[in-house]
Amino acid sequence: MCAVRGLTKTYPAVRGRRGAPGTPALRATDDVRLDIAQGEIFGLLGPNGAGKTTLVRQLTGLMRPDSGSVEILGHDIVCHPERAARILAYLGQESSALDELTVSLAAETTGRLRGLDARRARAERDAVLDELGLAPIAGRPLKKLSGGQRRLACFASALVGERPLLVLDEPTTGMDPVARRAVWSAVDRRRAERGTTVLLVTHNVIEAETVLDRVAVLDRGRVIACDTPSGLKERVAGEVRVELLWRERAPLEVPEVAALQDRALESGRRWTLRLAPEEARTVVATVTGGAAFAALDDFTLATPSLEDVYLALGGAAQKGLVKA
Amino acid sequence: MSVVPAEVLPGGALAADETSGRAPAALGPRARLWPSLCAVYRAQLSRARVARIPLLFVATFQSIGIMILMRGVVDGGAEAQAVVAGSSVLVVAFVALNLLAQYFGQLRASGGLDHYATLPVPPAAVVLGAAGAYASFTVPGTVVTAVTGCLLFGLPMTHLWILVAVIPLAGAALAGLGAALGLLAPRPELATLLGQLGMSAALLLGVLPADRMPEVVRFARDLLPSTYGVEAFARTFGEAPAWGFVLGDLAVCAVVGVVSLAVATWAYRRAAVR
Ligand SMILES: Nc1ncnc2c1ncn2[C@@H]1O[C@H](COP(=O)(O)OP(=O)(O)OP(=O)(O)O)[C@@H](O)[C@H]1O
Ligand SMILES: [Mg+2]
Repeated sequence: MCAVRGLTKTYPAVRGRRGAPGTPALRATDDVRLDIAQGEIFGLLGPNGAGKTTLVRQLTGLMRPDSGSVEILGHDIVCHPERAARILAYLGQESSALDELTVSLAAETTGRLRGLDARRARAERDAVLDELGLAPIAGRPLKKLSGGQRRLACFASALVGERPLLVLDEPTTGMDPVARRAVWSAVDRRRAERGTTVLLVTHNVIEAETVLDRVAVLDRGRVIACDTPSGLKERVAGEVRVELLWRERAPLEVPEVAALQDRALESGRRWTLRLAPEEARTVVATVTGGAAFAALDDFTLATPSLEDVYLALGGAAQKGLVKA
Repeated sequence: MSVVPAEVLPGGALAADETSGRAPAALGPRARLWPSLCAVYRAQLSRARVARIPLLFVATFQSIGIMILMRGVVDGGAEAQAVVAGSSVLVVAFVALNLLAQYFGQLRASGGLDHYATLPVPPAAVVLGAAGAYASFTVPGTVVTAVTGCLLFGLPMTHLWILVAVIPLAGAALAGLGAALGLLAPRPELATLLGQLGMSAALLLGVLPADRMPEVVRFARDLLPSTYGVEAFARTFGEAPAWGFVLGDLAVCAVVGVVSLAVATWAYRRAAVR
């Protein structure tokens, strides 16, 4: 239902002013190709600055690509960006347009502006607020809500006035597990009842693994892989992730530990290693016995997650993606 | 998490490229101008209740303060009429020009325009709804200022009803200008600055008696849309108001209003798709 071909967008270079250095031109999406089928929950996964928001802004007609095409339900969005508003609902990363409205008025106004008449808009507003458990705070302005509540209220606005495609830019940022579950069951219900398609931006690996049908991994503007979460994980199926948490610091005086240092991803007291199963067994044996054990606080062995896939694919952010 | 595989969904098919060769799907409804204008107006008015009431007080007190100061300077007559009219229209300039320029400047900078741009709403509805709401906020402050001014300077209140025409027409002209400045300014600080400058100009050029000013300033005064609202209002304090001139001044406001709102709508369209 949504076909993207050769989509490229470069942010122009900014010349530095006195004192402040300029920024070079930046290719934020680079020859992106995607196909999203109807009824799919399709994810874009990637680190901060990978170009996810830039990509979806081009799909929603908010930004003109330098080159390439976007076709949604048979409509050419590059030539007719105004049609996007009649095909899809967009939840952006920012909420400043709604900030000073009450939850209920934000949802109702959005419904009206999506072409519903007053009665339908009110009815859908009430249904969506009930569905998401927002009814108790319906009368409060968004500005005075917590970050997660505000995000949920914006999500509610995106659902009023049904659209066949939902484009959600990090919808669950800052939400607690209950609110997240409300979001995903609302998405699932629409998909089951109406075949709604969802394009979801996230950098939350756990979320990506649990809710997505397919995921495209984006890195520095390019799609470096696109598959189902389990399909992606199969690419690193031969590996095991070992995490070592040291008490104070790694005991580098132990030669076996020192030898591992090159291959470990260090973050504070934590070392993360991706190893073949036999290697992992040796490492665990080494650190749980002998001199290294005294310095060890905790360790875990895990099958690979999407994060490992991302790293194995050579993602730029070697520190990994943000975890929930 | 999903309980339903995509293959069994209504119309679902997971084949790639399934869209090609199929007729384009029907588009969702478009929001019509008038209902969406009303929806934006209502939303903006409620924003005011939350956030703008203190500022409205500031605007009113500022105008009343100016009139009290000017009482020592002007000695009744035409000058007093100009001061009262100028101070009343200043409330409109404060809210419609200054605050609206700030609002649109910030909305644009923070990406808030994306929200409206991804809804099938005519650009004119967003601009007119917001401008109308901001012009409406000014009603109480303007009325209070005008009445206070009449009491302070002993002017007749017989023709205060003219505010019914002055507020919307001066409001349209100034709100259109404010919205256009806010949407065209490359940075939000610049939008704020332009709004403030516009208001300062309305203050200096509208409140201070015109015939004491040098030629250049009087020319600038003629360029400012609020001037015509001030003049129309000031004329009605006379013994026998020249209604023809009042209408003429109001017509200028109306024309400037139409033009500036059209420019603001164009600016909105430009700002929404970057
Ligand atoms: N308006 C802009 N002008 C210039 N460069 C920009 C602009 N917006 C984004 N960029 C740059 O383009 C790149 C991609 O940004 P984008 O916002 O698409 O990232 P993202 O994947 O959405 O990140 P995040 O996960 O933090 O939301 C970044 O390097 C960013 O600095
Ligand atoms: Mg983003």
